[in-house]
Amino acid sequence: MTLRRISIIATICLFGVGLLINPAQAFKGTYKVGAVFSVTGRTSFLGDPEKKTAEMIAEQINNAGGINGHKLELIIYDSEGDATKCNLAVKKLIIKDKVCAVIGPSLSGTSLAVLPVAEKNKTPLISCAASYKIVHNEKTGKPYKWVFKTPQTDTMAVEAIYSHLFKRGLNKIAIISVTSGFGASGRGELIRLAPTYGMTIVADEKYGPKDTDMTAQLTKIKGKTPQVIVNWSVGPTQVTVLRNWRDLGMSSIPFYQSHGFGSRKNIELAAGAAEGILCPLGSCNIAGLLSASHPQKDVTMKYSKDYKAKYNESLSSFGGHAWDALQMVVQALSNVGDDKAKIRDYLENNIKDFVGQHGVFNYSSNDHNGLSKDAFNMVVVKDGDWFLAD
Amino acid sequence: MEKITLASQLLQYLITGLTVGSVYAMVAVGFNIIYNVTEIINFAQGEFVMLGGLIMVFFHVAVGLPLILAFPATVILVTLVGMLLDRLAIRPIRRPSVLTLIIATIAASILIKGAAMFIWGKDPYDLPAFSGRNPITFLGAVIQPQYFWVIGFLVITAIALSIFFDRTIIGKAMSACADNADAASLVGINVKQMILLSFALSAGIGAVAGITVTPISLMEYDRGVMLAIKGFGAAILGGLGSFPGAILGGLIIGSIESFGAGLISSGYKDAFALLVLMAVLFFKPSGIFGDIEISKIKRF
Repeated sequence: MTLRRISIIATICLFGVGLLINPAQAFKGTYKVGAVFSVTGRTSFLGDPEKKTAEMIAEQINNAGGINGHKLELIIYDSEGDATKCNLAVKKLIIKDKVCAVIGPSLSGTSLAVLPVAEKNKTPLISCAASYKIVHNEKTGKPYKWVFKTPQTDTMAVEAIYSHLFKRGLNKIAIISVTSGFGASGRGELIRLAPTYGMTIVADEKYGPKDTDMTAQLTKIKGKTPQVIVNWSVGPTQVTVLRNWRDLGMSSIPFYQSHGFGSRKNIELAAGAAEGILCPLGSCNIAGLLSASHPQKDVTMKYSKDYKAKYNESLSSFGGHAWDALQMVVQALSNVGDDKAKIRDYLENNIKDFVGQHGVFNYSSNDHNGLSKDAFNMVVVKDGDWFLAD
Repeated sequence: MEKITLASQLLQYLITGLTVGSVYAMVAVGFNIIYNVTEIINFAQGEFVMLGGLIMVFFHVAVGLPLILAFPATVILVTLVGMLLDRLAIRPIRRPSVLTLIIATIAASILIKGAAMFIWGKDPYDLPAFSGRNPITFLGAVIQPQYFWVIGFLVITAIALSIFFDRTIIGKAMSACADNADAASLVGINVKQMILLSFALSAGIGAVAGITVTPISLMEYDRGVMLAIKGFGAAILGGLGSFPGAILGGLIIGSIESFGAGLISSGYKDAFALLVLMAVLFFKPSGIFGDIEISKIKRF
């Protein structure tokens, strides 16, 4: 009996000692930042790396003593990719949790759905979604006051591809795109910007996101003898279309993919058909390839190394968007504290030459995206790996 | 590069259409087998195709079994899933009406899809082509060797099924259930076992479709639904319950998609297939090979 009692007491003591020797770091206070990502559900491939990235950054900052002695408290909610849930989550963050800024959501649709909430409650929100409409108020022609975003837009990807084609002296293009939102938006931009870069579109083909074979579309394109094929899609179809392209003996026509192709997995799945494919990618996908003098070399290398060390999985470009958004908020917090209006003004006026994962950001009152087409690098697939294209 | 002639283009559309159509046809045949015996539409039919592809990837790529072993292993495993579907979802339903049974298959479809997502994740998987990926050029059209496998398996399936239903006693017993289940049980046919067999058969055929199409299109957990819809369209077009109809319907829908995409507009290729389907149903509501008198006595 006594032995048992002693062991219980000893255990309690040991726990006590454990607590004493591992005290919480003394912080002056906390800065609360909210985040909403599509962590689960159909679009979890976006939200999952974003959440992991944000958690990693918060941990790193707090281990290093916080922001000016304040603890960074990150409150993350899962939107499941659902506009209603996302809306509720942002309201909860602002009203109940009283955060000073929100990062996310992950999707263009959910971002557009929460725009009014951020505007109404005067809370800065940095979206991690692609559509330019998030930072473009069609009525005023200017950005929304409280909303910013970090990812590149389709427009920039199209501009990067067209600039590259222009440099190579190619101008007769065939477009093939998937009939999803991503494909339709990219196709629209390809058509809209074609005259600006002197491109002639000789074919405009489409396929469904679950189609089994695109040989028919490519055969039609083959008959139109374009100089270049540009494909705009995500998911398995962008691999199938490549294989069909190769099997049809069309390898002599250069093939450009959208930035949706930016995963090594796609190169593997293409089973050799990806050789010579070109696509625009953000710097964080290709940290190792950047020259040592590239402004983003250091930040992208560090992020990629830390992420791999912590989660033991390879980096996806989407986490980089959350990195950019959270680091901007952190920079604002360390300069102006957690006043919402001051953070907003800081973001708009003082995010200049901010070196992020996806580019060098310059926000202004007219531009709440802060990137240009230089945020994309054209890369080419060689021997199953990415290389910078010349 | 050289310009491709219109004739070669048309040939290319035809070959592609027949290949894709063969997959639809196999799905449609699967629908028909179950429909003939039970009068229900098995909405989990597409899931058998998906499982066939993914399990084949598991056996052939992950485990490393040779093709000749992985293929039957996959078909057997998917057939077991089909039998489980009958035992766990269809048979236990009390006082079954056609509608409740159909709803049960929808639930099963969601369940199988969810389970596949848990097991394999959301990424697509690749399977090496059965006989290499070096395309064959024929009169200017390019044919992947895998196309022959897909079309070939449709032919084998069709021949095997017709022998089964016309020449074997079990096959004839199944046909009897299809004609009149009550009368069949009166002459000593175990209708429940025939239903089980119908699920097993159609799951097996679905698996064959999935295995042969995966090297062309890759396979991921939610591919089944779209294939089921196309296969269902093919079954309706050919006349629900008719095997030659299902095969013809599949090939027609595949070809219309391919020619529509190539000659008119790729954005509306699914619409062309549906338009033809509606036109056929308008003039012949029972489908090409369907019999209006028979469809009147069916419950669904």
